[in-house]
Amino acid sequence: MDQTVETGGKKIFETPLYPYAKSPDQDPGANAHHPVVIVGAGPIGLGAAIDLAQMDIPVVVLDENDKVSWGSRAICFAKRPLEILDRLGCGDPMVDKGVVWNVGKVFFDERQVYDFNLLPEKGHKRPAFINLQQYYFEQYLVERAFELQRQGKPIELRGGNKVVSVTEKGNGVALSIDTPDGPYTMSADWMIACDGAGSPIRAMMGLDFVGRVFEDNFLIADVVMDADFPTERWFWFDPPFNRGQSALLHKQPDGVWRIDLQLGWNIDKDEEKKPENVIPRLKAMLGDDVKFELEWVSIYTFQCRRMEKFRHGHVIFAGDAAHQVSPFGARGANSGLQDTDNLCWKLKLVMDGLAPDRLLETYDVERIHGADENIMNSSRSTDFITPKSEISRIFRDAALDLSERYDFARPLVNSGRLSVPCVYDDSPLNGADALAGGPARTRPGAPCPDAPLGDGFLLDKLGNEFQLLAIDADIPDQVEDGGIAATALRISAADDASGDLAARYLGDAGSAVYLLRPDQHVAARWPSFDEAAVKTAIRTATGRA
Amino acid sequence: MAALNTKPNIAAPDDFYADLLAAHEGLSKAESDAFNARIILILSNHVGDREILREALAAAKAQNEEEKRS
Ligand SMILES: Cc1cc2nc3c(=O)[nH]c(=O)nc-3n(C[C@H](O)[C@H](O)[C@H](O)COP(=O)(O)OP(=O)(O)OC[C@H]3O[C@@H](n4cnc5c(N)ncnc54)[C@H](O)[C@@H]3O)c2cc1C
Repeated sequence: MDQTVETGGKKIFETPLYPYAKSPDQDPGANAHHPVVIVGAGPIGLGAAIDLAQMDIPVVVLDENDKVSWGSRAICFAKRPLEILDRLGCGDPMVDKGVVWNVGKVFFDERQVYDFNLLPEKGHKRPAFINLQQYYFEQYLVERAFELQRQGKPIELRGGNKVVSVTEKGNGVALSIDTPDGPYTMSADWMIACDGAGSPIRAMMGLDFVGRVFEDNFLIADVVMDADFPTERWFWFDPPFNRGQSALLHKQPDGVWRIDLQLGWNIDKDEEKKPENVIPRLKAMLGDDVKFELEWVSIYTFQCRRMEKFRHGHVIFAGDAAHQVSPFGARGANSGLQDTDNLCWKLKLVMDGLAPDRLLETYDVERIHGADENIMNSSRSTDFITPKSEISRIFRDAALDLSERYDFARPLVNSGRLSVPCVYDDSPLNGADALAGGPARTRPGAPCPDAPLGDGFLLDKLGNEFQLLAIDADIPDQVEDGGIAATALRISAADDASGDLAARYLGDAGSAVYLLRPDQHVAARWPSFDEAAVKTAIRTATGRA
Repeated sequence: MAALNTKPNIAAPDDFYADLLAAHEGLSKAESDAFNARIILILSNHVGDREILREALAAAKAQNEEEKRS
């Protein structure tokens, strides 16, 4: 990236990045109209805006704020979102800045019961996880948006623009916006609502957001310290410094450490947040002689819930606005980016008149499937960490006790299952799975796993359009159906001496042809090229079958 | 297909039963509860087969269902 955001010595989260500026849309009688309006410049709104702008769809992002996120929020980003960020052109700054970790330790009561190494699978460009403050994550997205702007891509960020009313009109959306210069109105063909868990737009449209609140409070602190704790994830169940509760210590860049302390339900939040109460707790945890400074202290209650449908006519919800999970397992921002990854190419085809409106219904099908999987996993982690009944605590403690001596119990210990992307099994967009002996992990609906390719990686060559991937098979340069083209990418199992490519894409087969979606998910696969079969699969994958 | 064995399968059942009670001897209620949880997890892992575990859960649950009906 050739330009960074100027912070003038302030911390990045104190710096306005896209300060309010009056737009010609605010002139009297302007009647502004835009193809796509995105509400919310959090990680998900920014991800959607970059994706659309890269495809030359003009996009305006409105946010009532003008800075990156405030307070302790996401820190843990998984491989799949990093791969999506590579496609969006900003994976490198994230991974360069982020902290890569593989080792975790689990403590119970006064002792360490075991440690683990994630032993990430080899042959991927990106690590299994990085830790990175959400404010850096957003900063790099904003910088990428500015970079696209400089390249003449149609992307605009408007800070100080608060959306106060939204009307879905059947063929578009009307909205009104408050600004420091007073209100104005605009209309749009499409709106993507990325306005966060408290989504005012959801409320304006009278839509539901049902689910489960976990009756528990967590003190989340980010502290700056010069400590030589290793780069590991440490999780405590029932430690002496936080009896009956749990605790987490995790490293972030710049010597910042994330600390989560479970507090229980009946507490006085304002009292607990006061430094005179927080500091002794942290000293008990870190030791008396460790010097630290508080960057943030917040108290959170967590919930798992989702909207019944994410798409409501021309208003489409994504990210926390559509679904919310407890943070154990790092699924919030991670899954939100998978939403826009899924949505943007579909929206483009529908806007270009190449696919019918019902293609957008599959955004609901596929991402509700993803949200349900995430909600299930984070509910299970939360239930393990904070047992809701006497018997569930008895089993939890039994698993922890056994884990010290016996390997078998370790997989039962659940301090957060780290986010992996879901496979869109049963999606109406999936075509033929005709590759006999093909690996299950690359079946239709699955996200393409990365693999070494020559001196680079496969995923760097995939995405943004339909592609026909041939591995030791003959294919034409392009296959087109109804104006939608799939472009050839020809590779050979011999391009990867490690054998990972063959193991992930061929299995027992000698050759393969894959139809891949613009979001790097598998649409269909065969042992060899058959034009009619590929055309059918393109139709199926674009909702035209 | 593997199935839950509900036929007698323990040699010297009286001896096993005595061992089970002996293991609990001298334990408080809380210690016994914890012991039971550990033994369930150990045996479940030994069985491993999810289908058999599901059948075992259902077999144990049958009593609760019956009590609810009566
Ligand atoms: C303690 C904690 C730890 C977490 N850890 C992780 C983690 O490790 N990994 C992970 O993936 N996720 C994690 N998350 C979740 C993650 O922070 C969220 O999923 C993510 O921020 C969601 O992004 P978003 O863009 O959907 O919404 P938000 O980030 O909430 O952004 C919404 C934006 O909409 C704007 N907005 C709202 N209303 C209006 C309006 N009326 N008009 C204009 N603009 C408006 C807001 O100003 C804001 O900028 C964590 C969350 C918490 C609280």
